[in-house]
Amino acid sequence: MNRRNIEEKIFLGLMLASVFHRNGSLILIVTVIVLNGAPSLSLEILTQTSEGGFYLGAGGGFLNAIVGSLLLALPATALAFLIGIAIALYLQKDFINPRIANFIRICLDILWGVPSVVYGVFCLTIMIAIGMTGGSLLFGILALTLLEIPIITRSIDESIKMVPIGLKESAYSLGSTKFETALKVVRRQAMPGIIAGILLGFGRGIGDAASILLTVGDSNYFPTSLSDQTAALPTMILNLVSMPDQVVQNKAYAVAFVLLMIVLLISIITRYLTKKSSKHIIK
Amino acid sequence: MSPSMISSVLKNKFILIGILSLFLSFIFLFLFNNFLLFVLFLLVFIILLVYNFIKITRKLYDTLGTRLMFFVTASMIFLFFLLVAVLINGSLNILSEESLSNLLFSSTWKPFSGEFGLFAVIIDTLIVTAISMFIAVPISLLSAIYIAEYAPKKFRKIVRPFIDVLAGVPSVVFGLCALLVFVPLIRDDIAPFFGSSISSGFSLFTASLILSIMVFPIIISLCLESFNSVPIALKEASLSVGATKWETIKKVIFRAAGPGVLAAIFLGFGRAFGETIAVSMVIGNQELIPKSLFGPGQTLASLIASNYTEVSSIPILASALIFVALILFVVVLIFNLFGYLVLRRASKRWKY
Amino acid sequence: MKKSNTIQIETKTLNVTIHSNPVLKNIDVQIPAKQLTAIIGPSGCGKTTLLKSFNRLLEIQDDVKIHGEIIVDGINIMSSGLNVPDIRKKMGLISQKPYPLPLSIFENVAYGLRIHHDKNAKELAEAVQNCLQEVGLWSEVKDRLHDPASRLSVGQQQRLCLARAIAVQPEVILCDEPTSALDPIAAQQIEKLLLKLKKDFTVILVTHTLRQAKRVADYVIFLYFGKVIEQGPAAEFFNNPKNPETKAYLAGEIS
Repeated sequence: MNRRNIEEKIFLGLMLASVFHRNGSLILIVTVIVLNGAPSLSLEILTQTSEGGFYLGAGGGFLNAIVGSLLLALPATALAFLIGIAIALYLQKDFINPRIANFIRICLDILWGVPSVVYGVFCLTIMIAIGMTGGSLLFGILALTLLEIPIITRSIDESIKMVPIGLKESAYSLGSTKFETALKVVRRQAMPGIIAGILLGFGRGIGDAASILLTVGDSNYFPTSLSDQTAALPTMILNLVSMPDQVVQNKAYAVAFVLLMIVLLISIITRYLTKKSSKHIIK
Repeated sequence: MSPSMISSVLKNKFILIGILSLFLSFIFLFLFNNFLLFVLFLLVFIILLVYNFIKITRKLYDTLGTRLMFFVTASMIFLFFLLVAVLINGSLNILSEESLSNLLFSSTWKPFSGEFGLFAVIIDTLIVTAISMFIAVPISLLSAIYIAEYAPKKFRKIVRPFIDVLAGVPSVVFGLCALLVFVPLIRDDIAPFFGSSISSGFSLFTASLILSIMVFPIIISLCLESFNSVPIALKEASLSVGATKWETIKKVIFRAAGPGVLAAIFLGFGRAFGETIAVSMVIGNQELIPKSLFGPGQTLASLIASNYTEVSSIPILASALIFVALILFVVVLIFNLFGYLVLRRASKRWKY
Repeated sequence: MKKSNTIQIETKTLNVTIHSNPVLKNIDVQIPAKQLTAIIGPSGCGKTTLLKSFNRLLEIQDDVKIHGEIIVDGINIMSSGLNVPDIRKKMGLISQKPYPLPLSIFENVAYGLRIHHDKNAKELAEAVQNCLQEVGLWSEVKDRLHDPASRLSVGQQQRLCLARAIAVQPEVILCDEPTSALDPIAAQQIEKLLLKLKKDFTVILVTHTLRQAKRVADYVIFLYFGKVIEQGPAAEFFNNPKNPETKAYLAGEIS
């Protein structure tokens, strides 16, 4: 009996060490970025663009990267949402054969797992085929949309699946058609999950580097048309880090700080919204 | 249409928004030359128009809506296959220039001299992925067991956000941290400890370290899900025979949650295999097999990231990189598929 | 009917709160040894909670508070410092829905044996065979001992769970509505088994079918909204109920 207890205690110790290690890693990352990034932050750096020597150690800021990232991620998320909700609603049992629906879900899950660089290469291929070099906003948005579609679709799908079937049946028995029920009843019940899914997609889109690395090029200015190249927060970090000057490198941490804050903000908002909209849910 | 119908339609706020959208879309097109916003607002207008007029015939609305969803879904499937097709098509160029065995088994990667051997990179990728899984899996598993079975309720509540936040951190940020923390650590402390005094800190091991942290959230959340889905009556059955908690975990819960854990490992492997940015920031970007773990290397994913700039000067390089992307896609596809199949087969065997 | 004077389990002012809801209030019961005690009452009145408190299985759920004494063979099992797995070993448990472990038929029965006793392979095989014979499963499974237990029918699975429970030679067998998921024939088999087993074990049966209780019980405890309304030997209980609520329940007025 003692042997059993000792074994348990050893593993318990290991478990606690693991948990500590894992939580510690996150804390480490956040601390490192905050400590290194905060000193380099200033109002100037946030509100100016990177023209005029930002990369060479002079003044200026990375506002163009902030704007660029937003102009990439917001349209991509919107498009991915429109597509995603259509697919997710359609995947319900009422519309198609469940076996086909499962096949589609498997496809989506695989797409979710695909490394983002593959989407970048896909868009790059198209760009080369039409003779475009250098990159453009349009293809960046395209790459991000492709990246976000599986994420948003599956999140919405999961929250729709959780809508109790009794609810739909009640709606049908009142004479509502399939599409109406889908739009009004199901959507409202699944709302928190939908919002969470959108935010998840947005967070992924704004932080992902590999897909836009190959497709958007770089720029010191705000993009004004879809064919412009643009800066973005992740690519700016990569650029700054590869500069030889230590001072310039430190600016990368400031950018990372902003990126991290955005992601944390999204997490917090997601939690808050999920709690708030659950008020309306019928359990 | 009768006058009363028209006025009721006009009073409808949706119609007003729709008209506004139409107006805005044209402004964006002609004044700001912004095609995207034009299309967006046009779409909004069309949708609202459809919504309001078709509402009069509900059945038609229903069919149209269903047809629309079908169309969108079908497009997605089409896109999936298009992705594969484009990748294969793009690789044809390099495949016609070099034999497949040369591509895969030669270790010389010198695009400027026309040599495209991927062997070294493939080996490096396998090493890095294997080590990171080696580190991440036991830690994730143990953490998951603790959280699911031993931790008090309050602890569980606190830990959940940690996992979610870690999952959302962008890979550049991870890479930056690795640059700041791990590179000097390896260079100054760990490599000399193991006898390699000339490591620059940019090495396979560094990449493995940061990868293992990035892969935690996936493995843990999947493991947690499977542990939590083991019915409590099963635990009770084991405990009532006099087994201790740990014995129950070892013998019963592990068995029941086994497929979930396996699937988690497969998915984690896929993620580690394909991670691009963080790895390319710390791996040293040299297409060779280093003599020690603390030497520089290159993974398939980071290869694309470091070489894509030369694509305009060496046209066939593009094809080679597309081929690499195809490999990544296929490998991740196989692993994810495996994970799925494992889950399905196991859930058929132990039906609860 | 054997009239045994020994009391196997006794509770004194047992109070159980789950998620701040009082589920059991001031329970005082006495369970006689080597007889079949039925705990009856409408659904949701705490019968399962009472049952699971006997082998301290209640504690694995969140937010459970237990006050009072539970005395088994003279020892208060709620006192601190006791080895809980050993306490649990004394009591076997079968649930409403049979839950065979995700192992083979043989391994299911051998599970407890492997943990507690160092038996060699031959002794193990004999013990497993004995248990399976006791529950009447042996002839049905002897050719497929290493098949997964999930392939058995529901009735067979429940008997397997019984075999698994008696393998570690407990003194008490706790049954939580063991026949509610079974078809009538399988249910009958289980009832016959329980009647056979009560010669060697103390059996405590939670049931919400009055008729089942009438068929098998030697001693009855009536639980209503977390309180013990009446308890006593079966004959007295069914023929001469003292409490008005008992009479109402027996008459089918409350269910």
